[in-house]
Amino acid sequence: MSGKMSSMGGNNRIFVGGCIAVVLAAIALMTGVRTDYVFNASYVVLQFIVLASAWNILGGYAGYVNFGTSAFFAMGGYTALFMIKMFNAPLLVQIIAAACCTGVLGLGIGLISLRLRGIFFSIATVAVAIVLETVILNTDYFGGAKGLQMMRPEPIAPFTSYDTMLFFVMVLMAISAVAISRYIEQSWIGRGLRAIKDNEEAAECVGVPTLKLKLIATVVSGALMGAAGAPLVMYMRFIEPVSAFSLNYSVSALAMPIIGGTSSWIGPVIGALLLGSVQQIVTVTISSELNVLIVGVLLVFFVVVAPDGILGLVRKLRTKNSAKGDAKGGAQ
Amino acid sequence: MSTLLSIAGVSKHFGGFTALSNVNLDVAQGERLGLIGPNGSGKTTLINCVSGALKNDAGSITFKNENLNGLAPHQRTRRGIARSFQIPRPFHSMTPVENLAVPLEYVTYRGVAHKHDIKGEAEAILRDMGLGDKMHAACAGLSQVELRKLELARAMAARPALLISDEAMAGLSHAEVDEVLAILFKLSGTGITIIMIEHIMHAIMRFSERVVCLDAGELIAEGVPTDIVKNPDVQRAYLGA
Ligand SMILES: Nc1ncnc2c1ncn2[C@@H]1O[C@H](COP(=O)(O)OP(=O)(O)OP(=O)(O)O)[C@@H](O)[C@H]1O
Ligand SMILES: [Mg+2]
Repeated sequence: MSGKMSSMGGNNRIFVGGCIAVVLAAIALMTGVRTDYVFNASYVVLQFIVLASAWNILGGYAGYVNFGTSAFFAMGGYTALFMIKMFNAPLLVQIIAAACCTGVLGLGIGLISLRLRGIFFSIATVAVAIVLETVILNTDYFGGAKGLQMMRPEPIAPFTSYDTMLFFVMVLMAISAVAISRYIEQSWIGRGLRAIKDNEEAAECVGVPTLKLKLIATVVSGALMGAAGAPLVMYMRFIEPVSAFSLNYSVSALAMPIIGGTSSWIGPVIGALLLGSVQQIVTVTISSELNVLIVGVLLVFFVVVAPDGILGLVRKLRTKNSAKGDAKGGAQ
Repeated sequence: MSTLLSIAGVSKHFGGFTALSNVNLDVAQGERLGLIGPNGSGKTTLINCVSGALKNDAGSITFKNENLNGLAPHQRTRRGIARSFQIPRPFHSMTPVENLAVPLEYVTYRGVAHKHDIKGEAEAILRDMGLGDKMHAACAGLSQVELRKLELARAMAARPALLISDEAMAGLSHAEVDEVLAILFKLSGTGITIIMIEHIMHAIMRFSERVVCLDAGELIAEGVPTDIVKNPDVQRAYLGA
Protein backbone atom coordinates (compact mmCIF):
# COMPACT_ATOMS: atom_id res chain seq x y z
CA MET A 1 0.00 0.00 0.00
CA SER A 2 2.84 2.33 -0.81
CA GLY A 3 0.65 4.88 -2.54
CA LYS A 4 -1.55 5.15 0.52
CA MET A 5 1.41 5.45 2.84
CA SER A 6 3.10 8.30 0.99
CA SER A 7 -0.10 10.34 1.00
CA MET A 8 -0.53 9.62 4.72
CA GLY A 9 2.26 12.09 5.61
CA GLY A 10 0.29 14.90 4.00
CA ASN A 11 -2.94 13.80 5.66
CA ASN A 12 -1.22 13.75 9.03
CA ARG A 13 -0.12 17.33 8.58
CA ILE A 14 -3.68 18.36 7.73
CA PHE A 15 -4.99 16.50 10.79
CA VAL A 16 -2.49 18.06 13.19
CA GLY A 17 -3.22 21.45 11.65
CA GLY A 18 -6.93 20.86 12.22
CA CYS A 19 -6.33 19.94 15.86
CA ILE A 20 -4.28 23.08 16.46
CA ALA A 21 -6.99 25.17 14.82
CA VAL A 22 -9.60 23.63 17.14
CA VAL A 23 -7.50 24.42 20.23
CA LEU A 24 -6.93 28.00 19.06
CA ALA A 25 -10.64 28.41 18.37
CA ALA A 26 -11.39 27.08 21.86
CA ILE A 27 -8.98 29.56 23.44
CA ALA A 28 -10.48 32.41 21.41
CA LEU A 29 -13.92 31.33 22.57
CA MET A 30 -12.80 31.28 26.20
CA THR A 31 -11.32 34.77 26.08
CA GLY A 32 -14.09 36.26 23.97
CA VAL A 33 -17.31 34.65 25.16
CA ARG A 34 -18.52 35.03 28.69
CA THR A 35 -21.76 33.06 28.75
CA ASP A 36 -21.53 29.72 30.47
CA TYR A 37 -24.31 28.38 28.28
CA VAL A 38 -22.01 28.24 25.27
CA PHE A 39 -19.46 26.30 27.28
CA ASN A 40 -21.99 23.91 28.70
CA ALA A 41 -23.50 23.17 25.32
CA SER A 42 -20.10 22.70 23.69
CA TYR A 43 -18.99 20.57 26.61
CA VAL A 44 -21.80 18.10 26.00
CA VAL A 45 -21.12 17.93 22.27
CA LEU A 46 -17.40 17.38 22.90
CA GLN A 47 -18.19 14.70 25.45
CA PHE A 48 -20.21 12.91 22.80
CA ILE A 49 -17.35 13.17 20.33
CA VAL A 50 -15.24 11.24 22.86
CA LEU A 51 -17.96 8.66 23.54
CA ALA A 52 -18.82 8.14 19.87
CA SER A 53 -15.18 7.84 18.80
CA ALA A 54 -14.53 5.41 21.65
CA TRP A 55 -17.60 3.33 20.80
CA ASN A 56 -16.59 3.19 17.16
CA ILE A 57 -13.20 1.64 17.88
CA LEU A 58 -14.94 -1.51 19.05
CA GLY A 59 -18.35 -1.28 17.37
CA GLY A 60 -17.40 0.32 14.07
CA TYR A 61 -13.95 -1.11 13.37
CA ALA A 62 -14.29 -4.56 14.96
CA GLY A 63 -18.06 -5.01 14.68
CA TYR A 64 -18.64 -5.73 18.37
CA VAL A 65 -21.67 -3.65 19.33
CA ASN A 66 -21.46 -2.30 22.86
CA PHE A 67 -24.83 -1.36 24.37
CA GLY A 68 -23.24 -0.51 27.70
CA THR A 69 -21.50 2.80 27.08
CA SER A 70 -23.33 4.24 30.09
CA ALA A 71 -21.60 1.67 32.33
CA PHE A 72 -18.16 2.88 31.26
CA PHE A 73 -19.18 6.52 31.41
CA ALA A 74 -20.72 6.19 34.87
CA MET A 75 -17.86 4.09 36.15
CA GLY A 76 -15.54 6.90 35.05
CA GLY A 77 -17.68 9.37 36.99
CA TYR A 78 -17.80 7.24 40.12
CA THR A 79 -14.05 6.56 39.96
CA ALA A 80 -13.56 10.32 39.92
CA LEU A 81 -15.92 10.63 42.88
CA PHE A 82 -13.89 8.04 44.75
CA MET A 83 -10.64 9.86 43.97
CA ILE A 84 -12.14 13.13 45.22
CA LYS A 85 -13.54 11.67 48.43
CA MET A 86 -10.52 9.54 49.18
CA PHE A 87 -7.57 11.68 48.09
CA ASN A 88 -9.04 15.03 47.14
CA ALA A 89 -7.38 14.32 43.80
CA PRO A 90 -7.15 17.03 41.14
CA LEU A 91 -9.11 16.72 37.87
CA LEU A 92 -6.24 15.29 35.84
CA VAL A 93 -5.66 12.51 38.37
CA GLN A 94 -9.41 11.78 38.43
CA ILE A 95 -9.41 11.37 34.67
CA ILE A 96 -6.36 9.09 34.63
CA ALA A 97 -7.77 6.92 37.42
CA ALA A 98 -11.12 6.69 35.62
CA ALA A 99 -9.47 5.68 32.36
CA CYS A 100 -7.48 2.97 34.16
CA CYS A 101 -10.55 1.51 35.90
CA THR A 102 -12.72 1.49 32.80
CA GLY A 103 -9.81 0.14 30.78
CA VAL A 104 -9.85 -2.86 33.11
CA LEU A 105 -13.62 -3.11 32.69
CA GLY A 106 -12.98 -3.05 28.93
CA LEU A 107 -10.53 -5.93 29.36
CA GLY A 108 -13.30 -7.89 31.06
CA ILE A 109 -15.70 -7.14 28.22
CA GLY A 110 -12.98 -8.19 25.80
CA LEU A 111 -12.69 -11.54 27.50
CA ILE A 112 -16.46 -11.97 27.16
CA SER A 113 -15.94 -11.57 23.40
CA LEU A 114 -13.94 -14.80 23.54
CA ARG A 115 -17.15 -16.69 24.07
CA LEU A 116 -19.94 -14.40 22.88
CA ARG A 117 -20.39 -12.78 19.54
CA GLY A 118 -23.01 -10.74 17.77
CA ILE A 119 -26.18 -10.02 19.66
CA PHE A 120 -25.07 -12.19 22.61
CA PHE A 121 -22.03 -10.02 23.16
CA SER A 122 -24.24 -6.93 23.03
CA ILE A 123 -26.65 -8.38 25.58
CA ALA A 124 -23.73 -9.12 27.88
CA THR A 125 -22.71 -5.45 27.74
CA VAL A 126 -26.23 -4.45 28.78
CA ALA A 127 -26.00 -6.90 31.66
CA VAL A 128 -22.72 -5.37 32.79
CA ALA A 129 -24.36 -1.94 32.85
CA ILE A 130 -27.29 -3.21 34.90
CA VAL A 131 -25.05 -4.99 37.40
CA LEU A 132 -22.84 -1.94 37.86
CA GLU A 133 -25.81 0.38 38.32
CA THR A 134 -27.28 -1.95 40.92
CA VAL A 135 -23.99 -2.04 42.79
CA ILE A 136 -23.76 1.76 42.84
CA LEU A 137 -27.43 2.10 43.86
CA ASN A 138 -26.69 -0.02 46.92
CA THR A 139 -23.38 1.50 47.95
CA ASP A 140 -23.77 4.19 50.59
CA TYR A 141 -20.21 5.38 50.11
CA PHE A 142 -21.20 6.62 46.64
CA GLY A 143 -24.43 8.12 47.88
CA GLY A 144 -26.68 5.24 46.80
CA ALA A 145 -29.80 6.19 44.88
CA LYS A 146 -29.86 9.73 46.25
CA GLY A 147 -26.43 10.55 44.91
CA LEU A 148 -23.83 12.92 46.27
CA GLN A 149 -23.26 16.62 46.06
CA MET A 150 -19.71 17.85 45.54
CA MET A 151 -18.16 21.29 45.88
CA ARG A 152 -16.07 22.57 43.02
CA PRO A 153 -12.57 23.66 43.99
CA GLU A 154 -11.11 26.90 42.64
CA PRO A 155 -10.24 26.66 38.93
CA ILE A 156 -6.55 26.31 38.20
CA ALA A 157 -4.87 29.34 36.65
CA PRO A 158 -5.02 30.60 33.92
CA PHE A 159 -8.70 29.64 34.01
CA THR A 160 -11.03 32.05 35.70
CA SER A 161 -14.11 29.87 35.82
CA TYR A 162 -14.48 26.16 36.39
CA ASP A 163 -16.85 25.88 33.42
CA THR A 164 -14.27 27.17 30.97
CA MET A 165 -11.69 24.88 32.51
CA LEU A 166 -13.90 21.82 32.08
CA PHE A 167 -14.65 22.95 28.57
CA PHE A 168 -10.97 23.19 27.73
CA VAL A 169 -10.25 19.79 29.28
CA MET A 170 -13.00 18.31 27.14
CA VAL A 171 -11.55 19.96 24.02
CA LEU A 172 -8.23 18.26 24.68
CA MET A 173 -9.93 14.97 25.49
CA ALA A 174 -11.97 15.05 22.29
CA ILE A 175 -8.87 15.77 20.23
CA SER A 176 -7.02 12.90 21.91
CA ALA A 177 -9.91 10.49 21.41
CA VAL A 178 -10.25 11.39 17.73
CA ALA A 179 -6.48 11.14 17.22
CA ILE A 180 -6.39 7.70 18.88
CA SER A 181 -9.39 6.49 16.90
CA ARG A 182 -7.81 7.78 13.71
CA TYR A 183 -4.46 6.19 14.50
CA ILE A 184 -6.08 2.83 15.19
CA GLU A 185 -8.12 2.96 12.00
CA GLN A 186 -5.10 3.67 9.81
CA SER A 187 -2.66 1.31 11.52
CA TRP A 188 -2.18 -2.45 11.36
CA ILE A 189 -4.60 -2.66 14.30
CA GLY A 190 -7.43 -1.13 12.28
CA ARG A 191 -6.78 -3.33 9.26
CA GLY A 192 -6.85 -6.39 11.52
CA LEU A 193 -10.05 -5.24 13.24
CA ARG A 194 -11.68 -4.80 9.86
CA ALA A 195 -10.78 -8.38 8.96
CA ILE A 196 -12.29 -9.49 12.28
CA LYS A 197 -15.47 -7.58 11.50
CA ASP A 198 -15.72 -9.23 8.08
CA ASN A 199 -14.96 -12.77 9.21
CA GLU A 200 -13.31 -13.59 12.50
CA GLU A 201 -12.36 -17.22 11.72
CA ALA A 202 -10.84 -16.27 8.40
CA ALA A 203 -8.95 -13.41 10.04
CA GLU A 204 -7.46 -15.72 12.64
CA CYS A 205 -6.52 -18.22 9.91
CA VAL A 206 -4.61 -15.68 7.86
CA GLY A 207 -2.50 -14.74 10.84
CA VAL A 208 -4.46 -12.00 12.63
CA PRO A 209 -4.14 -12.36 16.42
CA THR A 210 -7.84 -11.76 16.91
CA LEU A 211 -7.96 -11.98 20.69
CA LYS A 212 -5.10 -9.53 21.13
CA LEU A 213 -6.66 -7.04 18.72
CA LYS A 214 -10.10 -7.32 20.33
CA LEU A 215 -8.56 -6.72 23.75
CA ILE A 216 -6.71 -3.66 22.46
CA ALA A 217 -10.02 -2.38 21.07
CA THR A 218 -12.07 -3.03 24.21
CA VAL A 219 -9.45 -1.59 26.57
CA VAL A 220 -8.85 1.58 24.55
CA SER A 221 -12.56 2.05 23.88
CA GLY A 222 -13.43 1.49 27.55
CA ALA A 223 -10.67 3.76 28.85
CA LEU A 224 -11.77 6.64 26.61
CA MET A 225 -15.40 6.29 27.70
CA GLY A 226 -14.37 6.32 31.34
CA ALA A 227 -12.16 9.35 30.81
CA ALA A 228 -15.13 11.18 29.29
CA GLY A 229 -17.20 10.37 32.36
CA ALA A 230 -14.60 11.47 34.91
CA PRO A 231 -15.32 15.23 34.80
CA LEU A 232 -19.04 14.55 35.22
CA VAL A 233 -18.94 15.02 39.00
CA MET A 234 -17.40 18.44 38.79
CA TYR A 235 -19.45 19.41 35.76
CA MET A 236 -22.77 18.64 37.48
CA ARG A 237 -21.45 19.31 41.00
CA PHE A 238 -23.49 16.24 41.73
CA ILE A 239 -23.62 12.59 40.79
CA GLU A 240 -26.42 10.08 41.07
CA PRO A 241 -26.86 6.68 39.39
CA VAL A 242 -29.95 7.22 37.25
CA SER A 243 -28.53 10.11 35.27
CA ALA A 244 -24.95 8.78 35.23
CA PHE A 245 -26.13 5.44 33.85
CA SER A 246 -28.63 7.16 31.55
CA LEU A 247 -29.69 5.22 28.48
CA ASN A 248 -29.02 8.37 26.50
CA TYR A 249 -25.24 7.78 26.66
CA SER A 250 -25.51 4.20 25.44
CA VAL A 251 -27.92 5.04 22.63
CA SER A 252 -26.18 8.23 21.51
CA ALA A 253 -22.71 6.64 21.55
CA LEU A 254 -23.83 4.06 19.03
CA ALA A 255 -26.28 6.25 17.09
CA MET A 256 -23.70 8.94 16.36
CA PRO A 257 -21.16 6.68 14.62
CA ILE A 258 -23.92 4.86 12.75
CA ILE A 259 -25.36 8.15 11.52
CA GLY A 260 -21.95 9.57 10.66
CA GLY A 261 -20.52 6.33 9.28
CA THR A 262 -18.62 3.67 11.18
CA SER A 263 -15.88 2.83 8.70
CA SER A 264 -13.74 5.85 9.42
CA TRP A 265 -12.72 8.04 12.40
CA ILE A 266 -14.48 11.05 10.92
CA GLY A 267 -17.89 9.33 11.00
CA PRO A 268 -18.40 9.48 14.76
CA VAL A 269 -17.17 13.10 14.77
CA ILE A 270 -19.73 14.10 12.13
CA GLY A 271 -22.45 12.15 13.94
CA ALA A 272 -21.63 13.66 17.32
CA LEU A 273 -21.47 17.20 15.99
CA LEU A 274 -24.77 16.77 14.20
CA LEU A 275 -26.74 14.85 16.78
CA GLY A 276 -25.12 16.58 19.75
CA SER A 277 -25.99 20.01 18.37
CA VAL A 278 -29.55 18.98 17.54
CA GLN A 279 -29.93 17.62 21.07
CA GLN A 280 -28.62 20.85 22.57
CA ILE A 281 -30.97 22.97 20.49
CA VAL A 282 -33.93 20.75 21.35
CA THR A 283 -33.06 20.83 25.06
CA VAL A 284 -33.18 24.62 25.03
CA THR A 285 -36.10 25.16 22.70
CA ILE A 286 -38.41 22.25 23.55
CA SER A 287 -37.42 19.85 26.29
CA SER A 288 -34.60 17.51 27.24
CA GLU A 289 -36.99 14.57 27.41
CA LEU A 290 -37.29 14.71 23.64
CA ASN A 291 -33.58 13.96 23.15
CA VAL A 292 -33.72 10.19 23.21
CA LEU A 293 -36.74 10.24 20.93
CA ILE A 294 -34.94 12.37 18.36
CA VAL A 295 -31.87 10.16 18.50
CA GLY A 296 -34.07 7.11 18.03
CA VAL A 297 -35.95 8.53 15.07
CA LEU A 298 -32.76 9.67 13.34
CA LEU A 299 -31.15 6.30 14.01
CA VAL A 300 -34.03 4.38 12.46
CA PHE A 301 -34.06 6.77 9.52
CA PHE A 302 -30.36 6.25 8.82
CA VAL A 303 -30.37 2.50 9.37
CA VAL A 304 -33.14 2.22 6.77
CA VAL A 305 -32.15 4.89 4.27
CA ALA A 306 -28.36 5.10 4.60
CA PRO A 307 -26.93 2.12 6.46
CA ASP A 308 -23.39 3.32 5.83
CA GLY A 309 -24.15 6.70 7.35
CA ILE A 310 -23.34 10.11 5.99
CA LEU A 311 -19.88 8.89 4.94
CA GLY A 312 -21.51 6.15 2.87
CA LEU A 313 -23.81 8.67 1.20
CA VAL A 314 -20.89 10.94 0.34
CA ARG A 315 -18.93 8.01 -1.04
CA LYS A 316 -21.86 6.90 -3.17
CA LEU A 317 -22.29 10.39 -4.61
CA ARG A 318 -18.58 10.55 -5.36
CA THR A 319 -18.46 7.24 -7.22
CA LYS A 320 -21.55 8.25 -9.15
CA ASN A 321 -19.88 11.49 -10.19
CA SER A 322 -16.62 9.80 -11.11
CA ALA A 323 -18.54 7.20 -13.10
CA LYS A 324 -20.18 10.05 -15.01
CA GLY A 325 -16.75 11.54 -15.62
CA ASP A 326 -15.46 8.19 -16.91
CA ALA A 327 -18.40 7.88 -19.24
CA LYS A 328 -17.68 11.29 -20.69
CA GLY A 329 -14.02 10.43 -21.09
CA GLY A 330 -14.90 7.17 -22.80
CA ALA A 331 -17.13 8.88 -25.36
CA GLN A 332 -14.27 10.92 -26.78
CA MET B 1 11.57 -37.52 2.21
CA SER B 2 11.23 -35.89 5.61
CA THR B 3 7.93 -35.62 7.45
CA LEU B 4 6.39 -32.14 7.48
CA LEU B 5 3.17 -32.82 9.33
CA SER B 6 2.53 -35.64 11.72
CA ILE B 7 -0.92 -36.38 13.14
CA ALA B 8 -0.69 -38.93 15.94
CA GLY B 9 -3.62 -40.47 17.78
CA VAL B 10 -5.89 -37.48 17.21
CA SER B 11 -9.48 -37.72 18.48
CA LYS B 12 -12.26 -35.18 18.56
CA HIS B 13 -15.69 -35.44 20.17
CA PHE B 14 -18.69 -33.12 19.90
CA GLY B 15 -20.61 -33.99 23.05
CA GLY B 16 -21.22 -37.68 22.79
CA PHE B 17 -20.53 -37.75 19.05
CA THR B 18 -17.13 -39.00 17.92
CA ALA B 19 -16.04 -36.96 14.91
CA LEU B 20 -12.47 -38.26 14.85
CA SER B 21 -11.10 -41.30 16.58
CA ASN B 22 -7.41 -42.08 16.86
CA VAL B 23 -6.35 -40.66 13.50
CA ASN B 24 -2.71 -41.24 12.55
CA LEU B 25 -1.30 -39.61 9.44
CA ASP B 26 2.12 -38.42 8.32
CA VAL B 27 2.51 -36.02 5.45
CA ALA B 28 5.87 -35.73 3.75
CA GLN B 29 7.59 -32.53 2.68
CA GLY B 30 6.44 -31.65 -0.83
CA GLU B 31 3.75 -34.35 -0.98
CA ARG B 32 0.42 -34.06 -2.79
CA LEU B 33 -2.03 -35.84 -0.54
CA GLY B 34 -5.66 -36.44 -1.32
CA LEU B 35 -8.08 -36.70 1.60
CA ILE B 36 -11.40 -38.30 0.78
CA GLY B 37 -14.36 -39.61 2.71
CA PRO B 38 -18.16 -39.49 2.62
CA ASN B 39 -20.09 -36.45 3.87
CA GLY B 40 -19.71 -36.02 7.59
CA SER B 41 -16.74 -38.38 7.83
CA GLY B 42 -14.63 -35.78 9.63
CA LYS B 43 -12.42 -34.33 6.90
CA THR B 44 -13.08 -30.70 7.76
CA THR B 45 -12.90 -31.52 11.46
CA LEU B 46 -9.44 -33.00 10.94
CA ILE B 47 -8.12 -29.93 9.17
CA ASN B 48 -9.78 -27.73 11.78
CA CYS B 49 -7.65 -29.57 14.33
CA VAL B 50 -4.55 -29.05 12.20
CA SER B 51 -5.23 -25.36 11.59
CA GLY B 52 -6.15 -24.82 15.24
CA ALA B 53 -9.77 -23.79 14.73
CA LEU B 54 -10.70 -26.78 16.91
CA LYS B 55 -8.77 -28.33 19.78
CA ASN B 56 -8.23 -32.05 19.47
CA ASP B 57 -9.28 -33.96 22.60
CA ALA B 58 -6.47 -36.49 22.37
CA GLY B 59 -3.29 -37.06 20.44
CA SER B 60 -0.76 -34.62 19.06
CA ILE B 61 -0.14 -32.73 15.85
CA THR B 62 3.46 -32.01 14.97
CA PHE B 63 4.55 -29.60 12.25
CA LYS B 64 8.20 -29.12 11.31
CA ASN B 65 9.04 -31.16 14.43
CA GLU B 66 7.13 -28.78 16.70
CA ASN B 67 4.11 -29.87 18.70
CA LEU B 68 1.23 -27.55 17.78
CA ASN B 69 -1.02 -28.35 20.73
CA GLY B 70 -2.12 -25.16 22.46
CA LEU B 71 -1.17 -22.87 19.59
CA ALA B 72 -3.86 -20.51 18.27
CA PRO B 73 -4.69 -20.64 14.54
CA HIS B 74 -2.82 -17.42 13.79
CA GLN B 75 0.31 -18.83 15.40
CA ARG B 76 0.05 -21.95 13.26
CA THR B 77 -0.39 -19.81 10.16
CA ARG B 78 2.81 -17.99 11.04
CA ARG B 79 4.56 -21.34 11.29
CA GLY B 80 3.53 -22.20 7.76
CA ILE B 81 0.09 -23.82 7.75
CA ALA B 82 -2.50 -22.23 5.50
CA ARG B 83 -5.98 -23.36 4.60
CA SER B 84 -8.88 -22.48 2.42
CA PHE B 85 -12.44 -22.72 3.69
CA GLN B 86 -14.99 -25.12 2.25
CA ILE B 87 -17.50 -22.26 2.13
CA PRO B 88 -15.50 -19.22 1.00
CA ARG B 89 -15.00 -16.63 3.69
CA PRO B 90 -13.71 -13.53 1.97
CA PHE B 91 -13.30 -10.27 3.85
CA HIS B 92 -16.35 -8.93 2.07
CA SER B 93 -15.84 -5.24 2.77
CA MET B 94 -12.45 -5.42 1.06
CA THR B 95 -11.23 -5.83 -2.49
CA PRO B 96 -9.24 -8.99 -3.35
CA VAL B 97 -6.01 -7.01 -3.08
CA GLU B 98 -6.98 -5.84 0.40
CA ASN B 99 -7.93 -9.41 1.31
CA LEU B 100 -4.42 -10.54 0.50
CA ALA B 101 -2.86 -7.55 2.21
CA VAL B 102 -4.03 -8.97 5.57
CA PRO B 103 -1.85 -12.12 5.54
CA LEU B 104 0.92 -10.20 3.81
CA GLU B 105 0.97 -7.65 6.61
CA TYR B 106 0.32 -10.05 9.49
CA VAL B 107 2.44 -13.01 8.42
CA THR B 108 4.76 -12.48 5.48
CA TYR B 109 6.00 -9.02 6.40
CA ARG B 110 5.32 -9.14 10.11
CA GLY B 111 7.91 -7.24 12.08
CA VAL B 112 9.47 -5.90 8.90
CA ALA B 113 9.94 -2.21 9.54
CA HIS B 114 10.10 -1.24 5.89
CA LYS B 115 6.76 -2.44 4.62
CA HIS B 116 7.56 -3.90 1.29
CA ASP B 117 5.32 -3.26 -1.69
CA ILE B 118 2.38 -5.19 -0.23
CA LYS B 119 -0.05 -4.01 -2.86
CA GLY B 120 2.25 -5.01 -5.68
CA GLU B 121 2.80 -8.44 -4.20
CA ALA B 122 -0.92 -8.99 -3.63
CA GLU B 123 -1.55 -8.07 -7.25
CA ALA B 124 1.17 -10.45 -8.43
CA ILE B 125 -0.35 -13.37 -6.50
CA LEU B 126 -3.84 -12.59 -7.78
CA ARG B 127 -2.60 -12.37 -11.35
CA ASP B 128 -0.90 -15.71 -10.85
CA MET B 129 -4.19 -17.18 -9.68
CA GLY B 130 -6.06 -15.88 -12.68
CA LEU B 131 -7.84 -13.10 -10.79
CA GLY B 132 -5.96 -10.33 -12.55
CA ASP B 133 -9.05 -8.58 -13.85
CA LYS B 134 -10.90 -8.64 -10.50
CA MET B 135 -8.11 -7.42 -8.23
CA HIS B 136 -9.79 -4.17 -7.26
CA ALA B 137 -13.40 -5.23 -7.65
CA ALA B 138 -15.83 -5.63 -4.76
CA CYS B 139 -15.89 -9.16 -3.35
CA ALA B 140 -19.67 -9.21 -3.68
CA GLY B 141 -19.31 -9.32 -7.44
CA LEU B 142 -17.09 -12.40 -7.55
CA SER B 143 -18.35 -15.69 -8.98
CA GLN B 144 -18.06 -19.01 -7.14
CA VAL B 145 -14.88 -20.04 -8.93
CA GLU B 146 -13.37 -16.62 -8.32
CA LEU B 147 -14.18 -16.86 -4.63
CA ARG B 148 -12.46 -20.27 -4.48
CA LYS B 149 -9.42 -18.82 -6.19
CA LEU B 150 -9.44 -15.90 -3.77
CA GLU B 151 -9.49 -18.38 -0.86
CA LEU B 152 -6.41 -20.08 -2.28
CA ALA B 153 -4.70 -16.81 -3.13
CA ARG B 154 -5.24 -15.44 0.37
CA ALA B 155 -3.91 -18.64 1.88
CA MET B 156 -0.87 -18.45 -0.37
CA ALA B 157 -0.14 -14.84 0.58
CA ALA B 158 1.06 -16.13 3.96
CA ARG B 159 3.74 -18.11 2.09
CA PRO B 160 2.86 -21.43 3.71
CA ALA B 161 4.86 -24.64 3.69
CA LEU B 162 1.60 -26.58 3.87
CA LEU B 163 -1.59 -25.66 2.06
CA ILE B 164 -4.82 -27.41 2.93
CA SER B 165 -7.50 -26.98 0.31
CA ASP B 166 -10.95 -27.89 1.62
CA GLU B 167 -13.17 -28.75 -1.34
CA ALA B 168 -12.00 -25.85 -3.47
CA MET B 169 -13.68 -27.43 -6.48
CA ALA B 170 -17.09 -28.47 -5.17
CA GLY B 171 -19.89 -27.21 -7.39
CA LEU B 172 -17.58 -25.97 -10.15
CA SER B 173 -17.89 -26.81 -13.83
CA HIS B 174 -15.51 -29.22 -15.51
CA ALA B 175 -13.42 -26.45 -17.01
CA GLU B 176 -13.30 -24.60 -13.70
CA VAL B 177 -12.17 -27.75 -11.88
CA ASP B 178 -9.32 -28.01 -14.34
CA GLU B 179 -8.41 -24.38 -13.72
CA VAL B 180 -8.23 -24.84 -9.95
CA LEU B 181 -6.37 -28.10 -10.41
CA ALA B 182 -3.80 -26.36 -12.60
CA ILE B 183 -3.30 -23.76 -9.87
CA LEU B 184 -2.74 -26.45 -7.26
CA PHE B 185 -0.27 -28.25 -9.52
CA LYS B 186 1.60 -25.02 -10.07
CA LEU B 187 1.80 -24.39 -6.32
CA SER B 188 2.97 -27.94 -5.74
CA GLY B 189 5.66 -27.33 -8.33
CA THR B 190 7.09 -24.57 -6.15
CA GLY B 191 7.69 -27.08 -3.36
CA ILE B 192 4.57 -26.46 -1.25
CA THR B 193 3.06 -29.49 0.44
CA ILE B 194 -0.63 -29.77 -0.37
CA ILE B 195 -3.47 -31.64 1.26
CA MET B 196 -6.46 -31.65 -1.05
CA ILE B 197 -9.88 -32.52 0.32
CA GLU B 198 -12.24 -33.32 -2.49
CA HIS B 199 -15.28 -35.32 -3.51
CA ILE B 200 -14.54 -35.05 -7.21
CA MET B 201 -12.78 -38.35 -7.82
CA HIS B 202 -11.16 -37.58 -11.16
CA ALA B 203 -9.52 -34.53 -9.59
CA ILE B 204 -8.27 -36.61 -6.67
CA MET B 205 -6.99 -39.29 -9.04
CA ARG B 206 -5.08 -36.82 -11.17
CA PHE B 207 -3.68 -34.71 -8.39
CA SER B 208 -2.75 -37.02 -5.53
CA GLU B 209 0.44 -38.98 -5.11
CA ARG B 210 -1.23 -40.70 -2.20
CA VAL B 211 -4.83 -40.81 -0.99
CA VAL B 212 -6.22 -41.43 2.48
CA CYS B 213 -9.85 -42.14 3.21
CA LEU B 214 -11.79 -41.15 6.32
CA ASP B 215 -15.00 -42.85 7.30
CA ALA B 216 -16.96 -42.00 10.46
CA GLY B 217 -13.88 -40.37 11.95
CA GLU B 218 -11.50 -43.22 11.26
CA LEU B 219 -8.81 -43.57 8.63
CA ILE B 220 -9.86 -46.70 6.81
CA ALA B 221 -7.54 -46.79 3.83
CA GLU B 222 -4.36 -45.35 2.44
CA GLY B 223 -2.56 -45.87 -0.85
CA VAL B 224 -1.89 -44.66 -4.38
CA PRO B 225 -5.04 -43.40 -6.13
CA THR B 226 -5.50 -46.43 -8.37
CA ASP B 227 -5.43 -48.77 -5.37
CA ILE B 228 -7.74 -46.62 -3.27
CA VAL B 229 -10.62 -46.73 -5.75
CA LYS B 230 -10.37 -50.53 -5.79
CA ASN B 231 -10.19 -50.81 -2.01
CA PRO B 232 -13.29 -52.68 -0.73
CA ASP B 233 -13.43 -50.65 2.52
CA VAL B 234 -13.48 -47.41 0.53
CA GLN B 235 -16.16 -48.74 -1.80
CA ARG B 236 -18.24 -49.82 1.17
CA ALA B 237 -17.87 -46.42 2.85
CA TYR B 238 -19.01 -44.60 -0.26
CA LEU B 239 -21.73 -46.96 -1.34
CA GLY B 240 -22.88 -47.63 2.21
CA ALA B 241 -23.02 -51.31 1.39
N1 LIG C 1 -18.77 -27.75 15.67
C1 LIG C 1 -19.42 -28.92 15.59
N2 LIG C 1 -20.31 -29.28 16.55
C2 LIG C 1 -20.96 -30.47 16.48
N3 LIG C 1 -20.81 -31.36 15.50
C3 LIG C 1 -19.95 -31.06 14.51
C4 LIG C 1 -19.22 -29.83 14.51
N4 LIG C 1 -18.43 -29.81 13.40
C5 LIG C 1 -18.67 -30.97 12.75
N5 LIG C 1 -19.57 -31.72 13.42
C6 LIG C 1 -20.03 -33.05 13.02
O1 LIG C 1 -18.89 -33.87 12.84
C7 LIG C 1 -19.06 -34.69 11.70
C8 LIG C 1 -17.93 -34.49 10.75
O2 LIG C 1 -18.08 -33.23 10.13
P1 LIG C 1 -17.06 -32.67 9.06
O3 LIG C 1 -17.48 -31.31 8.73
O4 LIG C 1 -15.67 -32.83 9.55
O5 LIG C 1 -17.32 -33.65 7.84
P2 LIG C 1 -16.69 -33.60 6.39
O6 LIG C 1 -16.00 -34.90 6.21
O7 LIG C 1 -15.90 -32.39 6.20
O8 LIG C 1 -18.00 -33.60 5.51
P3 LIG C 1 -18.29 -32.84 4.11
O9 LIG C 1 -17.76 -33.72 3.05
O10 LIG C 1 -19.77 -32.77 4.06
O11 LIG C 1 -17.63 -31.53 4.15
C9 LIG C 1 -20.42 -34.36 11.10
O12 LIG C 1 -21.34 -35.33 11.55
C10 LIG C 1 -20.75 -33.02 11.69
O13 LIG C 1 -22.15 -32.89 11.86
MG1 LIG D 1 -16.06 -30.71 5.02
